[in-house]
Amino acid sequence: MRLPANTASAAMAVLLPWCVPVLILATWQFASNQGWLSTRILPEPLAVLRAAWTLAASGELWKHTQVSALRALSGLVVGGGLGLLAGLLTGLFRPLEILLDSTLQMVRNIPPLALIPLVILWFGIEEGAKLFLVASGVFFPIYINTYHGIRSVDAGLIEMACSYGLRGWPLYRDVILPGALPSILVGLRYALGLMWVILIVAETISAQSGIGYMTMNAREFLQTDVMLVGILLYALLGKLADLAAKGLERRWLRWHPSYQAP
Amino acid sequence: MNARLKLIGIETAAQSPIAGAAVAIVGIRKRFGTRQVLRGLTLEITAGSFVAVVGRSGCGKSTLLRLISGLEVADAGLIEVQASGKPAPQTRVMFQDARLLPWKSVFNNVALGLKPSARERARMMLAEVGLADRATDWPAQLSGGQRQRVALARALAQQPDLLLLDEPLGALDALTRIEMHALIERLWHTHGFTALLVTHDVTEAIALADRVIVIEDGTIALDIAVHLPRPRKRDVTFSALEQSILTQILNPNSQALA
Repeated sequence: MRLPANTASAAMAVLLPWCVPVLILATWQFASNQGWLSTRILPEPLAVLRAAWTLAASGELWKHTQVSALRALSGLVVGGGLGLLAGLLTGLFRPLEILLDSTLQMVRNIPPLALIPLVILWFGIEEGAKLFLVASGVFFPIYINTYHGIRSVDAGLIEMACSYGLRGWPLYRDVILPGALPSILVGLRYALGLMWVILIVAETISAQSGIGYMTMNAREFLQTDVMLVGILLYALLGKLADLAAKGLERRWLRWHPSYQAP
Repeated sequence: MNARLKLIGIETAAQSPIAGAAVAIVGIRKRFGTRQVLRGLTLEITAGSFVAVVGRSGCGKSTLLRLISGLEVADAGLIEVQASGKPAPQTRVMFQDARLLPWKSVFNNVALGLKPSARERARMMLAEVGLADRATDWPAQLSGGQRQRVALARALAQQPDLLLLDEPLGALDALTRIEMHALIERLWHTHGFTALLVTHDVTEAIALADRVIVIEDGTIALDIAVHLPRPRKRDVTFSALEQSILTQILNPNSQALA
């Protein structure tokens, strides 16, 4: 790795990545001011900031964010929990693998969003529909990576542990689960990305609250600034979820040479 | 310091009434697919002795060790491990790769499978292999030789009556190997377990064992006692013995020692 020679070049290394975004923002603001960009197409950056401030001050922003985050998390808990359980079962017990895996691999290829017409039929447009869509979306990345993680635990370590008298639960706790954990966490990060994508679509189709509702509602009134606030909010929440997953990796995989904190 | 060392010595002796296990193997056979690996091998090992098994790769020496440890099951024949006054003698294996759990600290690796009341023994064993100061490190932070020392401490913390060593030094450099020889010899002396070492290195076998067994085509081709004083020096007698064993391995039909 190349180290900066002095503080000036260190500051450059920090500032340089921000040059392009700042330039784009400045050009955008300038173009809006000059009237080259219609606010119907794209509002000026300052207007987006103002809209965010107004929404935050009125409490509306928090309300919608809370509702969306709650939907995302409950979907993740239900779908991820089931995916983890199914992955553990098929990974650990051969008969269950034979029984379930090929079916699950088949169902996996159905995009969850293709189920929307059916889901509306089953659950209407209430919370159940969103929960189902998010849960079925995050189920598969976690299931596949858990299953794969357990299958790829070093057989030599399992043999060693057995010959040292580890059986049953201690064998899972001390050897198999920690060995599968890096793969499970990769699944979690995939699932977090997917979770927001599905939630966005589910909320824009039908909702009475949430970021998606806020964005769609703004479209009705041509409030492009509010629409942009919603879009940026999704980006922010996605980034936060990714940071949380990275934090878990740092903490749970600190034994792993690739995850050691610098 | 001296007093403390002595105290530890007494404690170990008092806590571990290990006299080693005797092993009796009668006519075992093992086949993998179409390949007959062991053909009716018979062998007796006296309690507390140090036996080395040498042979070309693929001769069945590792299979023999895995059968004794119970990691594999023989197609035919009998294996008995007996220690006086113990209904179920403990057998532990030290593998060629250390097989430490990367997600457990060095100390927790040594304490693997120990009851909470016996965890202090793990600390003592770690001190005996000279790695007490690395107890909280991850295995990834250790060198190859250090990892094998941790694996040795882990095996001995279980107070085995029989320790099976499956080419444990095969991947180490020459200097580290010599250090490990001295360490294994010392621990075998202090703890009194029966040791069975599988190796392809004849020098290593003679340096450590009371008895060297050469396996060829799934049976014992040579079985000689080594009566050299310990610690062993690489002198003329050593070299002569080494030469005769090597001749047997390299020219199986010459009957060099018959």
